[in-house]
Amino acid sequence: MLDLAVAYNRYKYLGNEFLTWLWFMMETDKPGLAPAGAEGMDLAVGGRIVLQNSRHNREETVTIKGDGAGLEEGVLALKKGALVTEISLVLRNPESEWRFAVKGESLNISSLKPPEKSPAEAAEDMEQRVLEQLEHVERAAGLLHHLYRQFIQLRLSQDWEKAEIPKIRRWIRQAAS
Amino acid sequence: MGLLSATLSFARYQVEGEISGPFLESVREGLKNNMIREIDNDPAEKSVGWTSLDSPFQPDFDRAELVFGTRLIFCLRIDKKQIPAKVMNKHLNAAVARRLSQSNRSSLTRNEKQELRDEVARRLYLRIPATPGIFEVVWNYEQGVLWFFSTQKAANEELETVFSRSFKLSIIRMFPYTEADLACGLSDEQKDRLYKLTPSDFEGGAHA
Repeated sequence: MLDLAVAYNRYKYLGNEFLTWLWFMMETDKPGLAPAGAEGMDLAVGGRIVLQNSRHNREETVTIKGDGAGLEEGVLALKKGALVTEISLVLRNPESEWRFAVKGESLNISSLKPPEKSPAEAAEDMEQRVLEQLEHVERAAGLLHHLYRQFIQLRLSQDWEKAEIPKIRRWIRQAAS
Repeated sequence: MGLLSATLSFARYQVEGEISGPFLESVREGLKNNMIREIDNDPAEKSVGWTSLDSPFQPDFDRAELVFGTRLIFCLRIDKKQIPAKVMNKHLNAAVARRLSQSNRSSLTRNEKQELRDEVARRLYLRIPATPGIFEVVWNYEQGVLWFFSTQKAANEELETVFSRSFKLSIIRMFPYTEADLACGLSDEQKDRLYKLTPSDFEGGAHA
């Protein structure tokens, strides 16, 4: 195993590629994501995407905010060589929604907002409240783990270069035109 | 943004190894031995240690509820004192003036100034209350998974140090490389490919 501090910096790009691929999948092949434990739920981009272009000795950051916004400006940044470095996601079923953000370099989950409860539904007992919050954390962490595992299996296969990269390039070209 | 807040932020870890001896007693012992030390009315600038979820300002690990289902929950508390720059400046200026007048000199050496600065800081730290930061730790001991409810780099570094000191176990933060290497069920061949991996080219020279 590599030294962790070295590995953190060396593989930052892998987390950013993951988020870029995740965005591509949500736009083009949602059923292909099929996260276990989230069947019948919809995963979509939330209100914020951050892209960064570190190639060609320049550091350019593009932040896109607002529900449903992002495709044109974001894809244009991708076309110039940027990757998604942070994305907010929303996971929905007919009754509830969970919102959270993921950072590519750390895979940390931030701003996780569980479904709102009415005062009547809210647990009074601390232990019950803790257990409920842990269920929400488990859902977000489990989803992230599942999606990353799916990505890494593909990323380390020959299909990545042969099939996935051409598909992503095509999506970028079409969306940017 | 702690565990009971409206929004949550957390980092994920994998726990390496196992506790030797009876599990819960050993954990309680580790928590007690590394419990937060109060530093109000004390010249220390910072104190880091464990506290309990139910009573973060008067922890009692003999009685604290630690087990929630298959998880242990406790908190890392980081107490810090911060002297406002202007306050520091005022007290340092007065101390320098006093020293010059006592020694009948017109200036102090760099070392003397630093010593004086440390002395003034110690005096002020005695009078400034510490600001506590409380970050929950959720340890799923059956799965060897730990969540830490802060994404601040400094707080995560403190956690790694205190956890290792308390339980003689190391925790490995999950980020793109470690998540792939340790948690995605890769074969040896896939791991080899991971070590040699290079960035993809999504743009395909389209922008050139």
